Amino acid sequence: MRIVADTSRCVGAGQCVLSEPEVFDQDEEEGTVVVLVERPGGGELEGAREAVGICPSGALSLSED
Amino acid sequence: MTSDQPTVTLPAQRTCPFSPPTEYEGMRQNAPVSRVTLPGGRTAWALTRHEDVRAMLADPRFSSDRTHPGFPVFVEGQQQIAARFKLSLIAMDPPEHGPARRAVVGEFTVKRMAALRPRIQQIVDEHVDAMLAGPRPADLVRALSLPVPSLVICELLGVPYADHEFFQSRSGRLLRRTEPLAGREQARDELRAYLDDLITEKEREPTDDLLGRQVLKQRETGRGDHADLVSLAVLLLIAGHETTANMISLGTFALLEHPGEREKLEADPDVLPGAVEELLRYFSIVDAVTSRVATEDVEIGGVLIRAGEGVLGLGSSANHDPEVFPRPGELDLRRGDRHHVAFGFGAHQCLGQNLARMELQMVFETLFRRVPGLRLAAPADELPFKDDSNIYGLYELPVTW
Repeated sequence: MRIVADTSRCVGAGQCVLSEPEVFDQDEEEGTVVVLVERPGGGELEGAREAVGICPSGALSLSED
Repeated sequence: MTSDQPTVTLPAQRTCPFSPPTEYEGMRQNAPVSRVTLPGGRTAWALTRHEDVRAMLADPRFSSDRTHPGFPVFVEGQQQIAARFKLSLIAMDPPEHGPARRAVVGEFTVKRMAALRPRIQQIVDEHVDAMLAGPRPADLVRALSLPVPSLVICELLGVPYADHEFFQSRSGRLLRRTEPLAGREQARDELRAYLDDLITEKEREPTDDLLGRQVLKQRETGRGDHADLVSLAVLLLIAGHETTANMISLGTFALLEHPGEREKLEADPDVLPGAVEELLRYFSIVDAVTSRVATEDVEIGGVLIRAGEGVLGLGSSANHDPEVFPRPGELDLRRGDRHHVAFGFGAHQCLGQNLARMELQMVFETLFRRVPGLRLAAPADELPFKDDSNIYGLYELPVTW
């Protein structure tokens, strides 16, 4: 599973960083999502799934490829 | 069943501080998308299910324009006040909203907030010290709930804390539904005039604080002007202290009234972040903020909402929707669910949410660690709850130890 982040939609709420700080960070200037691990595994993948479900702007998704 | 005939009048009062207004449950079961009557006799739609509230707040066909005549408000005349000034972030729509939010959201990232931790701990400790050194009982609102977030937001924005009595009284009047329109307008004007002068000073000599950095950013990017900055300052100053203050008071009250939950927190500090999420869900202190007006016909929850109609996303109802939160009326610090909409949802979700989370975590951790004998100093059913405010909370919380 690959994380797809649409930074043009992101509103910088930071909820993904709370879900999985090893996988997500925020841009220092604009606060928008920075994906640190594109293909997380194990527990990190679970955290990434939570982040996708909680993201307020719909900026995050998981792709099968 | 849905009905075009309004059966419920909002705002509804809570009959118990631990539960949303009782009307909401009936609405959620019988007509989750209901017509409601607002003050002044206008009607609007109210959404009560978690799924519908999230769908509406994430849908760009709903506008946040608080000056739109169809925008639903709990206080008559609110649109007129909003229309007199440049819209702040919470009232903007695309394409203005995105760049305006991005210009400031970098100040509120999880990392930036974590960097404030030592200073916030110091502020919390000083206020707990002062409370412990003072007479018993103490009013927790005056001793801790209000001064801690006020000081933090002042230092972050670059507003002199020495003026706190001035801006706390104005924000309080602005949020009180029983305040006559003229009083609200006066409070808004005085607060704006104060921040207008402050921004003028920062434009003359930019300071190293959020508002000073915004001045420099405006010059760099050529986006935004003086009036935009005043609107931003008013929004951040009010939102930055009133909401967190009320959550500190209510959260402390809830923990004192639920000793089993309090023990969970004291036994295991890892419970803390989840505990704060649960308290946010449980109280859902802002119900009316997550309102919108439809810009085109949209179907929500099987009901057609027409362009121009107002919609209230009732956050406390959504956060007590049993489909998403089993046993919603139970305070369960180990629930482990961040799907609540206590900070809203969609592009406008609370800008300061990570500051609020951190302040609440630090205050509850410090207070219950340092004052293990903390208890209420008045009967719970006699406490002055903010039933007349757009943000739920407590006017006073007498405690002793």
